[in-house]
Amino acid sequence: MAKGTLIIGAGECGGRAALALRDLGYDGPVTLVGDEPHLPYERPPLSKDAMAGDAPVIKAIASDEILAERSIRHIHSVQAVAIDRAAHVVRLSDGSALPYDKLLLATGSLPRRLPMPGLGPRCAYLRTFNDALAIRAHLRAGNRIAIIGGGFIGLELAAAARRLGAVVTVIEAQPRILMRGVPAEIAKIVHEAHEAEGVKILCGDAIAAIADDGAEVSIALAGGQDIVADLAVIGIGAVPVTGLAAEAGLTIDNGIAVDAELRTSDPDIFAAGDCCSFPLAVYGGRRVRLEAWRNAQEQGALAASNMLGAGEAHAAVPWFWSDQYGLTLQISGLSDEGSKVVRRDLDDGAFILFHLAQDGRLVAASGIGPGNSVARDIRLAEMLIARRAKPAPEALGSQTIKLKSLLAA
Amino acid sequence: MSDWIEACGADDIDEEDVMRFDHDGRTFAIYRSPDDEYFATDGLCTHEKVHLADGLVLDDIIECPKHNGRFNYKTGAARGAPVCVNLRTYPVKLDAGKILIQIG
Repeated sequence: MAKGTLIIGAGECGGRAALALRDLGYDGPVTLVGDEPHLPYERPPLSKDAMAGDAPVIKAIASDEILAERSIRHIHSVQAVAIDRAAHVVRLSDGSALPYDKLLLATGSLPRRLPMPGLGPRCAYLRTFNDALAIRAHLRAGNRIAIIGGGFIGLELAAAARRLGAVVTVIEAQPRILMRGVPAEIAKIVHEAHEAEGVKILCGDAIAAIADDGAEVSIALAGGQDIVADLAVIGIGAVPVTGLAAEAGLTIDNGIAVDAELRTSDPDIFAAGDCCSFPLAVYGGRRVRLEAWRNAQEQGALAASNMLGAGEAHAAVPWFWSDQYGLTLQISGLSDEGSKVVRRDLDDGAFILFHLAQDGRLVAASGIGPGNSVARDIRLAEMLIARRAKPAPEALGSQTIKLKSLLAA
Repeated sequence: MSDWIEACGADDIDEEDVMRFDHDGRTFAIYRSPDDEYFATDGLCTHEKVHLADGLVLDDIIECPKHNGRFNYKTGAARGAPVCVNLRTYPVKLDAGKILIQIG
């Protein structure tokens, strides 16, 4: 392996993969290519804590010193433009070319674009640190912020903007916020928290037209309302970055298609994180694509291991969280696999919904509460899900029965 | 040598569990291992200052409730992403059913 390992994408996944290669003792060349001007950094704070201070600060995954010490070459501010699979070479936007023995595509995802005319300089998307800087500049007392899309990014930003005194309106086309993957009972708590903080949430109304004159943006809703804002932030989902892989002839299926070991249709090319779809063993091999921080981290490490020949299958249970005001929501598993719900109430108004399949198997757990009140039980539920356990519904629903005791059963 | 501080009663913590203890503006986590020994570390995760006492104890590991960073609470050693800085640990002793920790 003289050409070494090349990683395209220097986010959570790519950064973790590079570090993992060294942790695993790999001593060949490791090159990490990113199109942003920054060190690999954590994206979750961009819609949360990074907005709280006067200026967002980068939370780097690895410093320049660590990268140097571990002999990881980081090439920033360039894009990979083509993969020559026969020659095992990737061409970059600066005209250079990098050879590889094994290639990892950790190209991530990009915000889904609102397919409408009329967007302008007062319309923003949030993906990168630079996006966060641009948005932060508009978050101040009295400024009007419209959030298009009641998903996690939009709602976390709404909370951050509200904390800074902005006048915030959330516009969601679906009948409720957090339609995708979050039970209605939990979305309701989030909705009420936002309203209590003074955020206006408009659900079930489509956008008819947008006009941005450079000073403000007007959003005309189909129902007749007009929302005028100093800034509109669009958070309507993400799409995997697959262009490079598709051009190279790799199989695409809602993302770059990989097997359980994260290998693409080319045995020397792997893909991991937001950009790939993969079979989830715990749900009978159901093919999913996850846009989640922990998945990016775990798959980066797994891809590193498998590029070195470990042959390990991805076995993790999906998990994600969101922080809004003092509330934290955590979900493990895929709740749409369930057909029955059991509720467990915890202290301080926190609660967890356990989602059970027809045959009694625990397939997901969704929790919400102040601070980290649901964290421990969600983690235990994740372990039960991984074991394909069929815990007694009465035990799940009773606060006096410790979940840990079910794990031993 | 600093004094030993009483943190809690030995029975206040279940086996294989953790409890938060605040003292003099500082916060600690006190652990009871599955083999019934007691340990103490700094109370906040080295990744994002989250209270570890809300996390899960499994064998000799404490998992941060927020981002699943892991530490060996007996030694303080960081055990995997996203944590890379070790936890500080403190001596613990059991005296007449009380847990004492030495916070230097």
